[in-house]
Amino acid sequence: MYEHLETAENRDSLKRVVVDPVSRVEGHGKVTLLLDADNKVKQARLHIVEFRGFERFIQGRPYWELPVLVQRLCGICPVSHHLAAAKAIDQLVGIDPENLPVAADKLRRLLHFGQVLQSHALHFFHLSSPDLLFGFESEISKRSIVAVLAEFPELGVQGVKLRKYGQEVIRMVSGKRIHGTGAIAGGMNKSLTKAERNYLLEDIDQMISWSAASVALIKKVHCSNLPYYDDFATIRTNYLGLTKPDGALELYHGGIRAKDEHGATIMDHIDYCKYNDYIHEEVRSWTYMKFPYLLSRGQENGWYRVGPLARVNNCDYINTPLAEAARVEFKAHSGEAMVHSTLAFHWSRLIEILHCAESIKDLLHDPDIMSSDLVAQGEKRYEGIGVIEAPRGTLFHHYQVDENDIVTKANLIVSTTSNNMAMNESVRQVAAEYLSGRELTEPLLNNLEVAIRAYDPCLSCATHAVGKMPLKLELINAEGQLIDQLVKHTNGQIERLNA
Amino acid sequence: MSKTITIDGKTIPFEDGQTIMDAAMAADVYIPHLCHQPEYTPHGSCKLCTVKVNGRNCSACTFPAMEGQEVLSETKELIDDRKKVTQMLFVEGNHFCPSCEKTGNCQLQGVAYHLNMLDNHFPLFYPDRAVDASHPEVMIDHNRCIFCTLCVRASQQTDGKDVFAISGRGINKHLIVNAQSGLLKDTDLDVNDQAAHVCPTGAILIKRTGYQVPIGERIYDHQQIDQVSLAKEHLNHGE
Repeated sequence: MYEHLETAENRDSLKRVVVDPVSRVEGHGKVTLLLDADNKVKQARLHIVEFRGFERFIQGRPYWELPVLVQRLCGICPVSHHLAAAKAIDQLVGIDPENLPVAADKLRRLLHFGQVLQSHALHFFHLSSPDLLFGFESEISKRSIVAVLAEFPELGVQGVKLRKYGQEVIRMVSGKRIHGTGAIAGGMNKSLTKAERNYLLEDIDQMISWSAASVALIKKVHCSNLPYYDDFATIRTNYLGLTKPDGALELYHGGIRAKDEHGATIMDHIDYCKYNDYIHEEVRSWTYMKFPYLLSRGQENGWYRVGPLARVNNCDYINTPLAEAARVEFKAHSGEAMVHSTLAFHWSRLIEILHCAESIKDLLHDPDIMSSDLVAQGEKRYEGIGVIEAPRGTLFHHYQVDENDIVTKANLIVSTTSNNMAMNESVRQVAAEYLSGRELTEPLLNNLEVAIRAYDPCLSCATHAVGKMPLKLELINAEGQLIDQLVKHTNGQIERLNA
Repeated sequence: MSKTITIDGKTIPFEDGQTIMDAAMAADVYIPHLCHQPEYTPHGSCKLCTVKVNGRNCSACTFPAMEGQEVLSETKELIDDRKKVTQMLFVEGNHFCPSCEKTGNCQLQGVAYHLNMLDNHFPLFYPDRAVDASHPEVMIDHNRCIFCTLCVRASQQTDGKDVFAISGRGINKHLIVNAQSGLLKDTDLDVNDQAAHVCPTGAILIKRTGYQVPIGERIYDHQQIDQVSLAKEHLNHGE
C-alpha cells in the first residue's frame, strides 16, 4: 500500500502543496502534499480540520431530544442520524428492533430509502458527474452541475428530480424535507395518509426507470475505460457493513459483516450492540478525524471501507430484482471476489439508488404504512445503541442515560470516519501514481479531489459546498521560497500569481 | 349605552373592571403578550403588550379600560419595541428552536414569527443554566425560562400549591422551586397540575412526550399566534 507516504522523513526541506478546501464534498477538509526537488511526492495526507463536539454537548440533554438534536450534524443525511439515534432510544424505552411495531419499522425504512435515494442522487449527479462526464482534468468551468445541465440537460434534470423525489418521501414521512421529526422512542409519530401515499406513487415508476438508466450510464462510463477506472485511487481493503440474516443487502437493520480483500469472512451476523468488542478507534495528531479498525486484525491491517462499495461487495444478494441484476453484472466485471476499484463506489452507489427506488415502490403498496399502531413501550434501560447503514456507510450511535432520563455519555462513529484511512490511502495512491514527478497544475490536483469524492465523504456532516470554493495553491522550493502560486477565486476564475 | 375605548381608531366596548387587554380580546383585537393568560391575575412583566394610552405607555394586560381612552397598539414604534423585547428574551436565555421539543407549539417562537423577528440582533448571553430532570414526570429546562411567572400563578391560583417562585433580581433573576433541596422532585408538583402545563416556552415540560405531535399538527403550524390567541384565550375570558 502507500502508508510510507503518510509521514516523510526530511519534511522541512520539502515543497508543500495544499488543496484547501477540498471541494464538492460535504464539509471541510484539505489535502497536503510534500514534494522533493523533482516533484516526487514524499508525503500525502487528507486532513479534517473542523471540530464539532456533538458527543459532548448532547450530554445533559433528555434522551428524547436525541433524534432531532443529532440530525443537525448534517443537512444531507440527517435522516440517518435521526434513525440511528431513534434506534438507540428505542432501547432506552425497552424496545428492541424486533418489538418495534410493524408499521413503525416500515415507515422508518421508507424514510430511510428516501434519504439514501436523495443523498446518492445528490452525490452522483450534482457533485461527481462533472468529473465523470467531462474528465478529471477538464476545465474548471465544466466542473459543476450547471455544466452538466447545459451539455447533458436530460441527465441533469433527471438527477435533480431523483433527488427531489427522495426529499418528497422524507417530507411525507417526517413532515419536512430536511430536519423533520418522525421517529420517536419506540416508534413513529405519524403514518402516511392515503393521499400522501398516492402522491408518492404517482412518480415512482419514473424514478425506477431513471435509476436503472443511471446504472446503465455508470456501467458504460466505467467499462469504456476499464483499466483506468479499475486502477485510479484503487486500494485493496477489508469491507464492513450490515446485512440481513440471510446475507441480503440491508440499509436499516442487520448484523455486522466484515470481509477481507479476498472476500473471506472476518466476522458475520455480529450483534451491533457489541460493536465495541470488535471495533476500536485510533487518534492521529494531524487530523480531527479518528481512524477506526477491526480489533482482530490490529491497527495496521484492521482498517476497512464502508459505504455503497462495501455493502454491495459484502452482501450475498439484493432483494429487489433490477438492483440484483445490476449487482451481478457489477461483481462479474472485476473477475474477483471483491471489487476494489475506488471509482466503483459510483457504480455501487447507483445500484443502491435503484434498490431504494424499487423498495420505495414495494413499501408504498404495503397497507401497513397507513396503520395507526405506531408506538410501543417497554421497561426503561440505561444504555442504547443504534446502528444503521447511512448513505456513506455504517453509522454508530451509542448513548448512556441516568435515572432522570438525561444523557451522560455519547459515542458516535460516523460513516466517513470509517473511510478515513482508505481516503488517505487513495489520496496517496493518486499522488504517487498520477502526480508524482509532474508539474502540478490545478486540473491535475483535481485528481486528488476525484479520489476523495468517490467516497462521498461527509467531512463535517454539516456543511456543503458546490463548485466555486476558493482554492489557493502554493509551490515552495526546497529553500522555502515561494516559486509559484495559483489562486481560484470564488467566481471560479483561476489566476496565476508569479512570486 | 355601553362604554367604549378606541384601539388604533377602532371603537371597542368594555365593561367596568376590564383591562384594555380584556376588552381587546373580547373584540377580537390581538395585542401580543407572553406573560398574560386570561385565567390568571395579570402580571405585566413581559412588556410585550405595551400600548400607548392617551400618549403614555402602559401594559394593556394590567391597565384598566376607561371611557374615551385612545389606545395605539400597531404603530411602527410599538412593533419595533416589541421586536426588541422579544430579541432580548431570546439572547438572554438559550433558545435553540431547531432541536427544541416545544417548536411549533411555543408562544415565544410564535410571537417572534408574528413580529417578523428575523435575527437576534443583540449578542447572545449563552448563560450557563441547569436542567432539573429530577421529577419523574416533569422537567425544568432553565435555559428557556423567560420569567413570565405563569407557572407561579398557576400553582398558586389554580393548583392551590406554591411550587414555583422567581428569585434574585435583574440579570440574576431565576426560577426556583419550593423544596429545601432546590429540586423539583422534592416539591408537591403533580404532572396533572396546571402549573406543569402552562409554560409558554419549553422551560417546563412533561417528560417523554417530546415530538409526539407530528409536524403539520402543531399549534402554530397553520395559524399564527394572533389567530390562535383570539380563538382560544378569549373563550377563557371571565371564567
